[in-house]
Amino acid sequence: MTEIPIKAEHLTKHFAIKTGFFKTLLSKENPVVHAVDDISFQINGEEIFGLVGESGCGKTTTGKLLLRLLQPTSGRIYFKGKDMTNLTDQEMRKTRQKIQVIFQDPYESLNPRMSVYDIISEPIHVQKAARTLEEVKERVTKVMEDMDLVPPEEFLYRFPHELSGGQRQRVAIARAFILQPEFIVADEPVSMLDASIRSEVAKLILSLVEKFHISFLYITHDIALSRYMCNRIAVMYLGKIVEMGQTDDVIQHPFHPYTEALIAAVPVPDPTVKRTEIVLKGEIPSAVNPPSGCRFHTRCMYAQDICKKEEPKLVDSGKNRYFACYFPLGK
Amino acid sequence: MEILDVENLKMYFLTLRGWVKAVDDVSFTLEKGDTLGLAGESGCGKTSTALCVLRLLPRNGKIFSGKINFEGKDILKLGEKELRREIRWKKISTIFQGAMNALHPTTKVGEQIIESITAHENISKKEAKKRAESLLDLVGIGASRIDRYPHELSGGLKQRVIIAMSLACNPDLVIADEPTTALDVIIEAQVLKVMKDLQHKLNLSMILISHDLSMIAETCNKVAIMYAGKIVEQGDTASLYKEPLHPYTQKLVSAFPSIIGPKTELSSIHGFPPDLLNPPPGCRFHPRCDYAMDVCRKVEPPTVFVGNINHGVACHLISGEKS
Repeated sequence: MTEIPIKAEHLTKHFAIKTGFFKTLLSKENPVVHAVDDISFQINGEEIFGLVGESGCGKTTTGKLLLRLLQPTSGRIYFKGKDMTNLTDQEMRKTRQKIQVIFQDPYESLNPRMSVYDIISEPIHVQKAARTLEEVKERVTKVMEDMDLVPPEEFLYRFPHELSGGQRQRVAIARAFILQPEFIVADEPVSMLDASIRSEVAKLILSLVEKFHISFLYITHDIALSRYMCNRIAVMYLGKIVEMGQTDDVIQHPFHPYTEALIAAVPVPDPTVKRTEIVLKGEIPSAVNPPSGCRFHTRCMYAQDICKKEEPKLVDSGKNRYFACYFPLGK
Repeated sequence: MEILDVENLKMYFLTLRGWVKAVDDVSFTLEKGDTLGLAGESGCGKTSTALCVLRLLPRNGKIFSGKINFEGKDILKLGEKELRREIRWKKISTIFQGAMNALHPTTKVGEQIIESITAHENISKKEAKKRAESLLDLVGIGASRIDRYPHELSGGLKQRVIIAMSLACNPDLVIADEPTTALDVIIEAQVLKVMKDLQHKLNLSMILISHDLSMIAETCNKVAIMYAGKIVEQGDTASLYKEPLHPYTQKLVSAFPSIIGPKTELSSIHGFPPDLLNPPPGCRFHPRCDYAMDVCRKVEPPTVFVGNINHGVACHLISGEKS
């Protein structure tokens, strides 16, 4: 059996809130934001794993934790079986060759004063991954061809402002792929792009994952697109994974009421379809004092007494399907 | 009854490099009680078209020709004073893009609504406050929150305040420019529901500008698809989504992933929208079109109406077949 590329165990991240001097004296506990609370999952090789949820549910924080851009409060992260939770900066730098990131907004993630060549080759220089300039150039051209930025010569010395949104995002993806990584975190990589270009970049990502056999964490709020992109998804709510499983399974037969509501809220590009309306009331509660018991109980229409008192565990229902709810739908 | 009739509207922006043809020969009509979805990608001229209707163009924007008949009056012929007193907000109001940031941060939301009422109507502050309260109730915020500051409200609620404000003077037409872009899906669904309910309750006419065809499918009964400053196809939402005729519309409609039904291949359009300084000759979509013919590169396709009289399309494939 091969090693599991990425595994997170009981990952937790709390952010301390700065309070005044007197408040710290008076209160026993410092308030914290429960951004990510005890989540576990794994990403297999050549798989796109989606983290889906509304803003503030902790999906981006999870991505940053896996990149070790944030230090987890507790829990462990394993990369190919190796615990990388407590690696030193130097060791981490080596590991990062294999772990890359794609950000949401290609208008902000590219340095406007660097040419496309400089942007894409920067990781090579940082990691000292090539000996000669010819080698650098060769690798840059190669990766640009992989991204359909052809002919590469036409783009090499352009600056980001001379590129369209789709081309910029391709440059950002090229930068992530140049070191031949094994794991990529992409935070909403296509949400800033226009519809016609969005599906093109989405398809590019799909083909790249297949071609280079990498593991891919796809963070998104767009559950409709995740259906096309992801092999498995995990739905997050207030720092917790509420449901996880094969994408089609989860979308067609959601167990958790939150997943059901999330799916029902997505508009459908077909005016003739009439669907049952489930509009959740209110908004996500504050992550500083998350509700007791099931965190979703304040907005759940099936909530009963037990939901308010005890937190449901993420249970395995077979076939790689997990959910955290006392009264799963359709069961 | 026709409430708005836009005819052959042309509006260009003057830049250092020349005239940008942002809105080029756009025509559409809106019946009372209709909701028209104006859809297209960024930079296709949908917001510019809306700004023309309100005559709120930036200084470098110039309307070259066309007519905008609103309730029988040509808006383009009105003076600035008349526009401000009679039309804007009173008859046509708007929900701007990024409306969440359109609220004044240090003024209570109630005050802001009252201000927009008293600025346009000659009524006492007390009456205006009463109306503001009922407006807040109407959009589901509750009159009790009239004394809140914007920062005390969440994004979805702020958006509703903006909607309440747009209804302050009982307008006949509301133009909503990307009213839900910054919101999460669940909050978006809440806000859209409020808007749909209001439409029924007040029999509002609306123009909804959005790049999201799924959202338009759920809220509008008419839709116009814009590409590079032109309307390429327009008609009833149902017939247009079921049977898109223009190659651009076909691609655009199937580029949106659906959460229900069978998983179909997502389409994409190679290339990118043209530079409107020098739009391509003939049909503006021809460099990206799979079916482009010689005539498409030379002659601009006229809009022809097919089958159902309201379904208009500007494509040589269709007009060629007809003649």
